[in-house]
Amino acid sequence: MILALLDKLHGRPVWIRWGLFAAGLLVALGLPWSLYPPVATDILCWGLFAVAFDLLLGHAGLLSFGHAAFWGSSAYVTGLIALHSGLPFYVAVLGGAGAAALLALPIGFLAVRRSGIYFAMVTLAFAQMVYFIANQWGDVTGGENGLQGIPRDLPGFDLSDSFVFYYAALPVVLLGLAAAWRIAHSPFGRVIAAVRDNPARARALGYPADRYKLVVFTVSAFLSGLAGGLYAVNHGFASLQEVYWTTSGKVVVMTVLGGMGTLWGSLLGAGAIVRLEDWLSTSGFEETGLVTGGVFIVVVLLFRRGVWGTLAHALRPRSGSSTPDPEPHLEHDHGDASQPVSP
Amino acid sequence: MRQPRAILVTQGLSKEFQGFRAVSAVDLSVAEGTVHALVGPNGAGKTTLFNLLTGFLKPTAGRITFDGHDITGQPPERIAGLGVARSFQVTSLFEQMTAREHVELALQSGTGLGRRFWRTDTLMRRFSGRALELLGDVGLAHLADRPAGHLPYGQKRALELALALALDPALLLLDEPTAGMGLEDIDRTVALVDQIREGRTVVMVEHNMSVVGSLADTVTVLQRGEVLVEGPYDRVKTDPRVVEAYLGADVA
Repeated sequence: MILALLDKLHGRPVWIRWGLFAAGLLVALGLPWSLYPPVATDILCWGLFAVAFDLLLGHAGLLSFGHAAFWGSSAYVTGLIALHSGLPFYVAVLGGAGAAALLALPIGFLAVRRSGIYFAMVTLAFAQMVYFIANQWGDVTGGENGLQGIPRDLPGFDLSDSFVFYYAALPVVLLGLAAAWRIAHSPFGRVIAAVRDNPARARALGYPADRYKLVVFTVSAFLSGLAGGLYAVNHGFASLQEVYWTTSGKVVVMTVLGGMGTLWGSLLGAGAIVRLEDWLSTSGFEETGLVTGGVFIVVVLLFRRGVWGTLAHALRPRSGSSTPDPEPHLEHDHGDASQPVSP
Repeated sequence: MRQPRAILVTQGLSKEFQGFRAVSAVDLSVAEGTVHALVGPNGAGKTTLFNLLTGFLKPTAGRITFDGHDITGQPPERIAGLGVARSFQVTSLFEQMTAREHVELALQSGTGLGRRFWRTDTLMRRFSGRALELLGDVGLAHLADRPAGHLPYGQKRALELALALALDPALLLLDEPTAGMGLEDIDRTVALVDQIREGRTVVMVEHNMSVVGSLADTVTVLQRGEVLVEGPYDRVKTDPRVVEAYLGADVA
């Protein structure tokens, strides 16, 4: 939530930006006081995951349906490093994120050649392979039981209290969010947006579209890996759930709920879903998917810009030559096929 | 007079779409520093030829050489990097970007700044001055901060031209630069092309014969994917085969 509000407010009065920035920071610092601390840390993890996902979906126009592969593989690798090395958990999480990025290279290399639904299907297929491997390779991953007893090591600190652990995890998440914001508003980010909107034109201008997509895919996987690794340390275990397709689906729901392309909206989406699921499960309601799915349908039908996008649109200053916020859009089918080819 | 060097050469260039030969054994030689027009009826293969030259389509057979480099089957970004810029027949822009951001993006290409994901995009302002100059050249300076999606048609075409120019290409490929323009815009475009041809080679697909007549040094007439006639405009326009195939009423 930090740096948060800088984004959508680009071009708005500086005091509003800093005011929202300060408010986001206060919320982030106060979260474990108002929530059960492990749930607060879950919100951090899912929030970073959703922001990393939005970097790919909203900014690069690529709908991955296999991001559980990165979140989950990092959860396992982080767990293995923490279990076997005794290194500080920061190192373990970094190692997990690095593994996720490495995994993203071959998957991305093959997936970015496709767009739209084909991209989603390729990423889903690879994620299912990762799930299969995690399930079969029981000696390493613990199979059905998962990796248990992942420690929260940090020399000089006792992180066994989840309240304390929240504040140990927060800087990692803030750095991840800052990185996502930086990338979205870099010269690279501009090229990515151009590739999203019109890849043929971007290529004619000399930008290798597929390579740009691969880089953003890998960066998104790395940040998702940071989130997944922290999540595993937070819970002390990594399970098959982390690489299951429903995890891929959940991050899509969070991002769309918050408002795709808004980056910070994803934090709201993640917070809302985690809170909702926690509340439902503590009230003894088993079918959480029924409720989150319902919320998702309502948002897609009525608020296509998501929570953040709808708010930003409503509060947008109307003076001057403001232009309407574009409706969020997925990548259309393009690439070479969109070229006017009149035989 | 010294024979100018051929900067773009195709040999036996062909493209087949599921048995249909859109471009058939085209041998084209474009002399450096000239304006070379490709004309022909709809479906003659002009745009397909353009897409082959710029790497958006891979040829079924034949070779393309640009400035001594074999560019056959190379990807579009590589060909653009060698100094070949194109405009698109159907306006192809980034709807949400302003005109100035378009040109900045084009100017940034080749500088390597586009790979810097850790820097701020305000660095791109270094291209603003040059971008505004180029927009001024095509008559868009006053609309620099308008999103491209909100520009009228003629001005989108002008922005296409500014984008191609921003790459400062040795070879400029213009696909129907005056398509759908009013007379005034056509005149301005002709004057502009006449001005920017200085120091570069221009290949243009064009239907408007008065535009071809006032700009082109050489005209290649295509019909059903094959070269029908090639030569200076004055000779080509009176060639009986051309009159029959295409110009017909225009010349009569």
